[in-house]
Amino acid sequence: MKRNRIPQFFIIVGAFLLLLAVVLMLDNVPGVPVMLLIVLRKGAIYALVAVSMNILNGFTGLFSLGQAGFMLLGAYTYAILTVPVENQALVYQRYPNGGIGFSVTESLGRVLGQPGLLLGVIICLILAGIVAGVFAYLIGLPVLRLKSDYLAIATLGFAEIIRAVVQYEKLGPITNGSNLLSNFTNFSNFHLGSLKLDTVMPFVFAGVCIWVITLIINSTYGRAFKAIRDDEVAAEAMGINLANHKRMSFIISSFFAGISGAMLAMYQASVQATIFKAAMTYEILLIVVLGGIGSISGSIIAAFLFVGSSEWWLRFLDNTTVLPNFNAKLLFAIIFAAIVVGIVFLVVYRQNKAQKSRPEAVGRGRKILSLKLSGVITLVVGTLLLLGDLRFLISPDLQVPLLRSGFRMVVFSIIVMIVVLFFSRGLMGDRELPDLFRTGHKRL
Amino acid sequence: MARILPYLLGGISVGGQYALIAIGYTMVYGILRLINFAHGDIFTAAGFFMVYAAASLPIYVSVAVVILLTIFMGVLVERVAYKPLRSAPRMSVMISAIGMSYLLQNVMWYITGGLAKRYPIIPWISNSVTILGYTTKRVTIITPFLTLILVVALVILIQKTKIGMAMRAASRDFETAQLMGIKIDNVISFTFVVGSALAAVGSLLYFSNYATVTPVVGAMPGLKAFVAAVFGGIGSIPGAVLGGFIIGISETLTKGAGLTTFSDAVTFALLIIILVVKPTGLFGEKPTQKV
Amino acid sequence: MSDNVLKVENVTMQFGGVVAVDNVNLEVNAGEIVSLIGPNGAGKTTAFNVITGVYPPTNGVVYFEGKKIVENYPRGKMKKLYKSENSGAYTHAIEPTPDKITRMGVARTFQNIRLWSSQTVFENILIAKHCRVTAGLLSATFRMNKLEERRQREECDELLGILELDGVRNELATSLPYGQQRRVEIARALATQPKLLLLDEPAAGMNPQETQELTAFISRIRTDFRLTVFIIEHHMALVMDISDRIYVLDFGKLIASDTPAKVQNDQRVVDAYLGVSEDA
Repeated sequence: MKRNRIPQFFIIVGAFLLLLAVVLMLDNVPGVPVMLLIVLRKGAIYALVAVSMNILNGFTGLFSLGQAGFMLLGAYTYAILTVPVENQALVYQRYPNGGIGFSVTESLGRVLGQPGLLLGVIICLILAGIVAGVFAYLIGLPVLRLKSDYLAIATLGFAEIIRAVVQYEKLGPITNGSNLLSNFTNFSNFHLGSLKLDTVMPFVFAGVCIWVITLIINSTYGRAFKAIRDDEVAAEAMGINLANHKRMSFIISSFFAGISGAMLAMYQASVQATIFKAAMTYEILLIVVLGGIGSISGSIIAAFLFVGSSEWWLRFLDNTTVLPNFNAKLLFAIIFAAIVVGIVFLVVYRQNKAQKSRPEAVGRGRKILSLKLSGVITLVVGTLLLLGDLRFLISPDLQVPLLRSGFRMVVFSIIVMIVVLFFSRGLMGDRELPDLFRTGHKRL
Repeated sequence: MARILPYLLGGISVGGQYALIAIGYTMVYGILRLINFAHGDIFTAAGFFMVYAAASLPIYVSVAVVILLTIFMGVLVERVAYKPLRSAPRMSVMISAIGMSYLLQNVMWYITGGLAKRYPIIPWISNSVTILGYTTKRVTIITPFLTLILVVALVILIQKTKIGMAMRAASRDFETAQLMGIKIDNVISFTFVVGSALAAVGSLLYFSNYATVTPVVGAMPGLKAFVAAVFGGIGSIPGAVLGGFIIGISETLTKGAGLTTFSDAVTFALLIIILVVKPTGLFGEKPTQKV
Repeated sequence: MSDNVLKVENVTMQFGGVVAVDNVNLEVNAGEIVSLIGPNGAGKTTAFNVITGVYPPTNGVVYFEGKKIVENYPRGKMKKLYKSENSGAYTHAIEPTPDKITRMGVARTFQNIRLWSSQTVFENILIAKHCRVTAGLLSATFRMNKLEERRQREECDELLGILELDGVRNELATSLPYGQQRRVEIARALATQPKLLLLDEPAAGMNPQETQELTAFISRIRTDFRLTVFIIEHHMALVMDISDRIYVLDFGKLIASDTPAKVQNDQRVVDAYLGVSEDA
C-alpha cells in the first residue's frame, strides 16, 4: 500500500531542493532581470496565501472572504516585533514612546549572530500566525455556523473591522495608527557568506509551510474536512463534529494566512493597513479559482502565473507602443490575429460541443453551431478585434491602439472571467500534480 | 437636538441612497441566491455615464440616458456572467460576480485614466435649502421621500402585478416556478432591470452630494448597501429599505461622534451583530432543511 | 430479560402546524432486529432523525442503553402550536449534535444515499473511523500516529471484505451502481463501531437477489458485530423474514407493534399499508 508513497516523497523533495538551488543562483548571478526575482518572491508568498485559502474554501467547503484581515494581523505582528529598538523612535514618529521597546530579532541576533537573526524571524513568523489564529478562533465562534454566503460577508466584514481598528489613533503607540511601519527585519538582512538570500528565503518558508499544509490535508483531519465539504450532514452522522472541525480548518487557514502576511511585510519592507483591503482577498480567491478549488499544486502554479502576468508579462500592455516599421506591424497584426482566433476557437468549440451533447439537443437536426449567449458574444468580440486588427494594419499609424495605462488589468480581468466562465474547474480541477503522471484510478 | 440634526439629516439622506442600492441586492438574492458583487460597480458606472453624458447632452436628457444605460449594463452583466452559471454551485456564481466586479473596475479605470471625475450639477437637486436653521443641499431632503415613493411603487408592483407574482414565486421556489411555466429568464432580467434602475437613481442622488467619481467609489457604498440588505432580511424589500436607513444613520452619527475611522467599521459591526443574533435579518424567515 | 438498547418515549415531532411523528413509543432490545414500516410520509425517517439528533423532538425523550440522550418539551412558538399529548411531561432540553450520538454508538444510513463524492470507497469508510481517532491534530499532521492509522486502515479493509467491496476499493464511491453504493453506506456506518445500527431503506433499488443477500447479511452482522438493528423498509419479504418485531407507523402514529406474523394479519395495518397480501 505504501509502496508508491516513499519514492514519490523523495522525488518531490529532490525537485524542491533543485528548485532552491536554481533560485539561489538567480539571486546571485548578475544580469538576471529584476522582474523575474520580484515575480518569484511575490509568487512564493501568494502561493502560500492561496494554499491557505484553499484549505478553507477548497477542502472544507467554507466560503470565507476574510483572508486579507488575517494577513494584516500577521504582517503587523511581525513588524511590531522586529523593528530594531534604535529605529523605533523614527518609525513611531507620531507617537512618542511608541513601539514595544524591544525587538525579538535584534535581541537574538545580538546573542547568536546570523543564526540568531534567523531564529528570531522564524519565531516572529510563527507568532504572526498564532495571532491570526487566535483572532480566527474568536471570530469563528459566532460566524462559522452561518450559511455559505453569510459566512462570506461576515468574514469580509470582520476583515474590514480589523483593518479599521488597527488604524485607530489610540492604538498608535503599538500599530503606528494609519502610518506605515518600516525598518524591520526583512529578506535582505540575510546572507550566506557573500550569497544573497532574498529570493531563496521566501521559497524556503513558503515551501515548508505548504509541506505542513499538505501533511494536514492528507491526514485523517484533512479527510474529515473533505467529508464536510462533500456532505456535512453525512459527516455529522458519521461522528465528525462540524463546529470543531470547521473551527479547526478556519484557524489553520488563518494561521498560514498570518504567516504569509508577515512574509509579505518582509518582501515589501513596509506594512500599511491600506493594502490589506477586500481587493486583496478577491485576488487570492481568483488565484485559487484559476488553479482549481481543491488543488494545492493548482494554487501554487496559479499564484506564479497570476503574479507573473500582473506584474511582468502583461506589463507591455500598459505602455504606449510605437512599432518601428511596417514589417513589425505586420508581425504584430498576425500574432494578434492568431491569438484572437485561437482563443475564440477554443471557447466556441468547447461550448458548441457541450451544447450539442446535451440530452435535449441530441437529434435536433443539423444546426451548424449551437451556442449560448456568452459564446455568441465571444464570436462577436473576436470578429470586432480581428476587424480592428485589419484596420490598424491598413492605417498609416505605427502606434498600437488601445495600449495605454490600465489596459493590462483589463486584459487580465477578461482572462480571469474567461477562466471562471469556461474553465470553471481551473487549471487542475481538484487534482494534484502527481495525479497527472499517474494513469488509472485515484490515490490510495 | 440642533447638534445632531445635520448628522441625522445626512444619515437619512445617505441611508436612502443605500436603500435604493440595497433593494437591487435583496431582489437578486431573493431569486437567484446570489450576492451580486458587481452591483456596486453598476452604481459607479452610472456615475460615470452621467459625467460623460452631461458633457454632450442637456442635463435632463442625460438623466434619462443614464438610467437606460445603467439598466442595459445591469442586464448585460447578468446575461454574461450569471446566466451561464445558473446550475453551477453557489461558490462559482459568487466568484463570477467578484470577477465581474473586478473587470468593471478595471475597465472604468482604463477608460477614465484613473483620474477622478467631477460629477455634473443637476439643477434644483443641488440647490441649497435651509431647514430648521441648518443649511444643506436639497438632495438631502428629497432622498428619503423619493426613496419611499419608489419603494412603495415597487411593493405595489410586486404585490399586484403578474410579473411581481412571478418574482415572488421564483424567490420562494426557483425550480417549481420554472416547472409552472414561468419564463424564468424574463423574471430574472426584469429583476435586474429594476435593481439597476434604482441603483441609477441612487447614484444621481449620491453623487449630487459627494461629487467625485472614481472607479472604486462604489465599492464601499455597494458593500454597505449589501450589509443593509442582510440586516433587514435578505430577500425582503422593506427590510432592505429599513436596513439602508439604519446603516446610513449609524454611519453619520459615528462620524458626528468624532470616530470617523470607525464609520465604515460600524456598518460591519452591525452586520456581525445581526448575523449572530438573527441571521435571517430583521424581516427574514428561516427555512428548515430536509434530511 | 434482555437489555434495552433504545427507548423512544412519547416522542412528537411537529414542523409548524404539521405533526410528523405523533407521541410515538417504541423499544429495541439488545440483539434484536426491529423494523419500522408504514406508508410513505408516515414519519419513519423523521423518527430516525430524532433518534440520531438531526432534529430535536418537539416533545419527548430518547434513551440509549438506559441513559437519556435526547429530551425536549414544547417551548416558545411551539407552546401554542403543540397538537399532540403529554405536553407537560418533560422539563429539560437535551439537544446533542448528531456526531455526539454517533460516538455513543448509534450509526445510521440514509434514505437518499449520502456518500462523499470526491472520495473513493475505501476513503469513505476510512473517514467514518475519524470519530474514533485518538490522535490530535499535531500528532496526526506529523505522522506520529502511524500505528493507529495502520490499524484503522486494516479494519477498513476487513469491512470491505465482509461487504464484498474489495473489487471497487479505489473507485470513486459515487461512480458505483446503486446497490453497491448502499453497501458502501452500510460499511461506512459499521466503521464507526456502533452498538445500534439504524438502516433507512437499505434494500431500496436492489433486485430480488441482492435483497436476499442483504437479508442474510444483516443477520450475519447482527451476530458477528454484536449489533442491534433497527430498519426502515418497504420490501415486505425482507421485513417479514428478518424482523424479531415490527412497528407500524401511519400519519405519525403507531398503529401496531408486534411479531411479523401478527402484524401481517392485523386489519388496521392491512388497511393502511399492506393491502391484501401478495408477497413482494
